[in-house]
Amino acid sequence: MSLTQIEIQLIATVVAVACALPGVFLVLRSMAMMSDAISHTVLLGIVIGFFIVEDINSPLLIAGAAVMGLITVSLVELLNRTRLVQEDAAIGLVFPALFSLAVILISRFAGDVHLDSDAVLLGELAFAPFDRLVIAGSDVGPVALYTMTGVLLLNLTFILIFYKELKLATFDAALAAALGFSPGLIHYGLMGLVSITAVGAFDTVGSILVVALMIAPPVSAYLLTDRLTTMLGLSAVFAAIGAITGYWVAHWLDANIAGSMAMMLGLIFGVVFLFAPERGMVALAQRRARQKWEFAQAALTIHLLNHEGTPAAAQENRVEHLSHHLRWQPPFAAEVVQRAQRHGLVERHNGYLALTDDGRQLARETLMLAT
Amino acid sequence: MELWSLLQDLLFDYTLRTVALGAAVLGIVSGSLGSFAVLRRQSLLGDAMSHAALPGIVIAFILTRSKFSLVLLLGALVAGWLATLLMTAIVRYTRVKQDSALGLVLSIFFGFGLVLLTYVQRIPDANQAGLNSYLFGQAAALLQRDVLAMAVLGSAALVLMGLFWKEFKLLSFDPVFGASLGFPMRLVDTLLTTTLVIAIVVGLQAVGVVLMSAMVVAPAAAARQWTDRLSIMVLLAALFGALAGVIGALISSSGSGLATGPTIVLVVSAIVTISIFLAPNRGLLWRWIVRRRNRRRLRVEAVLADLYTLATQHENRYHAHDAVVIRTMRAGQGGVAHTLDILQERGLVRKEDESRWALTPDGFREAQRITADMQE
Amino acid sequence: MEEKHAAIEVADLTVAYQEKPVLWDVDMYVPEGILMAIVGPNGAGKTTLIKAIMGLIQPAAGQISIYGKPFREQRGLVGYVPQRGSVDWDFPTNVLDVVMMGRYGRLGWIRRPGREEERLALEALEKVGMARYSERQISQLSGGQQQRVFLARALVQEAQIYFMDEPFQGVDATTERAIITLLKELSAANKTVVAVHHDLQTVPEYFDYVTLLNVRCIASGPVEQVFSEENLRATYGGRVAFLTAAGNGAEQVEPAATTAGHGAI
Repeated sequence: MSLTQIEIQLIATVVAVACALPGVFLVLRSMAMMSDAISHTVLLGIVIGFFIVEDINSPLLIAGAAVMGLITVSLVELLNRTRLVQEDAAIGLVFPALFSLAVILISRFAGDVHLDSDAVLLGELAFAPFDRLVIAGSDVGPVALYTMTGVLLLNLTFILIFYKELKLATFDAALAAALGFSPGLIHYGLMGLVSITAVGAFDTVGSILVVALMIAPPVSAYLLTDRLTTMLGLSAVFAAIGAITGYWVAHWLDANIAGSMAMMLGLIFGVVFLFAPERGMVALAQRRARQKWEFAQAALTIHLLNHEGTPAAAQENRVEHLSHHLRWQPPFAAEVVQRAQRHGLVERHNGYLALTDDGRQLARETLMLAT
Repeated sequence: MELWSLLQDLLFDYTLRTVALGAAVLGIVSGSLGSFAVLRRQSLLGDAMSHAALPGIVIAFILTRSKFSLVLLLGALVAGWLATLLMTAIVRYTRVKQDSALGLVLSIFFGFGLVLLTYVQRIPDANQAGLNSYLFGQAAALLQRDVLAMAVLGSAALVLMGLFWKEFKLLSFDPVFGASLGFPMRLVDTLLTTTLVIAIVVGLQAVGVVLMSAMVVAPAAAARQWTDRLSIMVLLAALFGALAGVIGALISSSGSGLATGPTIVLVVSAIVTISIFLAPNRGLLWRWIVRRRNRRRLRVEAVLADLYTLATQHENRYHAHDAVVIRTMRAGQGGVAHTLDILQERGLVRKEDESRWALTPDGFREAQRITADMQE
Repeated sequence: MEEKHAAIEVADLTVAYQEKPVLWDVDMYVPEGILMAIVGPNGAGKTTLIKAIMGLIQPAAGQISIYGKPFREQRGLVGYVPQRGSVDWDFPTNVLDVVMMGRYGRLGWIRRPGREEERLALEALEKVGMARYSERQISQLSGGQQQRVFLARALVQEAQIYFMDEPFQGVDATTERAIITLLKELSAANKTVVAVHHDLQTVPEYFDYVTLLNVRCIASGPVEQVFSEENLRATYGGRVAFLTAAGNGAEQVEPAATTAGHGAI
């Protein structure tokens, strides 16, 4: 492994983790698509910033971009508040317009600068190590690694300091407001963070894949845990795995690294989606299969309980009538009765079914739980 | 003169005519079908579908080695459709919400597409220009057969919309009621989604993956402001879409060097802005005027009611009262003198001398009516 | 036992959402031409019950018949008034158009509504006192007017049985009277109405039959027989306070802790 390769993997990992952390809150607050909007519109902030300071390396560009991110959010909210368009439409109106403006400004007035729209969309991680940070004549590493580490630290600090507020504002905005935390402030703080992260990241991975880095790891983690801290940790781990495997797959295919990172994150999500212990598809199917029988047995006991001692009982409780009354296929009904007998829930007296004490108790408990 | 020469070019210049036709087809199809997406609050679905189409386009190319647009668009169609299915499954079977599912599928499909695209570029003979135009759109590069492919697909979508108009309306307004009538609403949903995917795919080559979603949302959002009828909304959206497409494509292919996608999007965004401000009834300007008028009416009525109160407390109902008294009753809200002038113009009050005002018989009746209304 | 035709028969109906059961073994018998209220606390499965009868939700067990046949064969006999809040009233359409949707089932696929449908829709609007609003954009209607539009839409279905989900929810007094008149007319024409209802006080006045539901069916039958304090207690648990328990106290029943969304004010 060459030094450049190590540096690329380092940058990729830092970018991915830096994106995943604020992404957790976007996913939990149902604002995932805002990351799509912001990651596009920060470009306009950079362009405008560039026109003002005329220096592509100025840190003011990042500030401009962050401001534009906040402007995007407020524009969407403003448009939504007119009640002339729905919120999703508002997002879909605002960001393409601002992004288009940015692209046109670039092609028109900044064509010779290092800012072309393809790079903005797609990023090129492979070139990141060539831009070196030189301090006092000595090369201390790629610039991107430093800026993204800075962004990562900023995100970590923000989350650590405002952890309680973020948690409260995410899960119970009303309570947060009542306790005197301003949900609006937290909201805009978070959006500012997303904007800064997006600016830092899109240089390396491009604006569309920023969305993948922000959304995919938290969504995968969301299917594995209920705890916010665990979700943050898992997201970071997934992000790092996606970054490193993504790099090697891209290396092997000689393809775009950022795209490959997104692909690997997609793969991680796919695995989680299928095999997550409680919420995965396989677990769900198994649980459904098990519950089908449990549920059917409970339904049987309740059916028997409801007709116990009524004149219709003779009719309703005959084994051969069960499938008719409950609309069950005869083999299914027979299987349910067999299982219920095995579990000591019902007894069979010459063609009639009767509840045992256990069966009666199950029926009552089930009804009690349901109400 | 310039307009005339532009018109001539439009009719007789091959490139320009092709571009304009292509852009018009794109605008009509995405505008009309986008209306349903916007009404169903699925505006961002278009965004996801268009990004998700990228791997489909590249795979279609890898499989067929053809750059013929109908083949590539079919690939896009399949991918966009798969993405939609996947999103539906994620939302249905897990606790992941719609917005996260959209962002996830959008970005991962796009990432996958990008990997394929960069991979394909290493294949000899794969002139990347054709594929790259799908990112930002390249209206100027449209050929007549591309436009034909767009027209064929687009017409298919529009015919479907025409045939199932009633069912689509039912689905958008009240799907549960539709199901109670016996319509298989999931099938109707699949049909409508398919037409939307077609609409998006049709525009990809001209506007590009990144900005195609705007063509779904913007014309419909603009059209909604001008009308309260679905049919008119769809027609208007088609018109706005076509207008934006043609204007944008013409600007971009007239040698300005501007990318087509962004130019079209800016034009359509301008149409949205105008609609939001100026549309009658719903527009912001209109609402502002109505609110102003109401406020003035309320002020006038309040002063009249005050005069009425004074009049009923006095034995002579047409006795004149000092404006200062009325001003006190209005609690310093101001504008009393101006309001009194307005009332005098209408013949409801009469100026006794420099500072004193009295109700006229007309004014008394009017005030009686207003106070009765207020008490109701 | 069956003096009248059974309009609806539900036997042993069990419905589960995902893996959670929402209705357990419900039996219900609805004679033709009666007005039936379905009452029960929130989350009791009232809406689920009518949706399951109409085949909108697949039941896990049990059978449902409409005039002795499965629902699928009898769909044309059934009209539906969903909850008013279930749709977006800012949808770009007008009153007449919404009412004509009631004819879509008869029209089948692709065919468009025409003059005949328009005539029927106007007639139905007349019946609910909304004829002069036929061209009105639906976002400009009051809550009560919206409800009447939905009723008119069900009327043009020309059904034998009507399912209504909280028709009195948040409507004004005029609309409430209009709905009651309509219900009585339907009943007089031997149509059957099953309505989810929230306001216990008006049950004896408005309805002939009542089903008390709380995940299972507590009781179902003529109001004077089953609308008793004991059954209400069993349905609502300790959440119902009775002003007087004496005699036929059903009319004095007052839900003390009505959770969200009770009927007319």
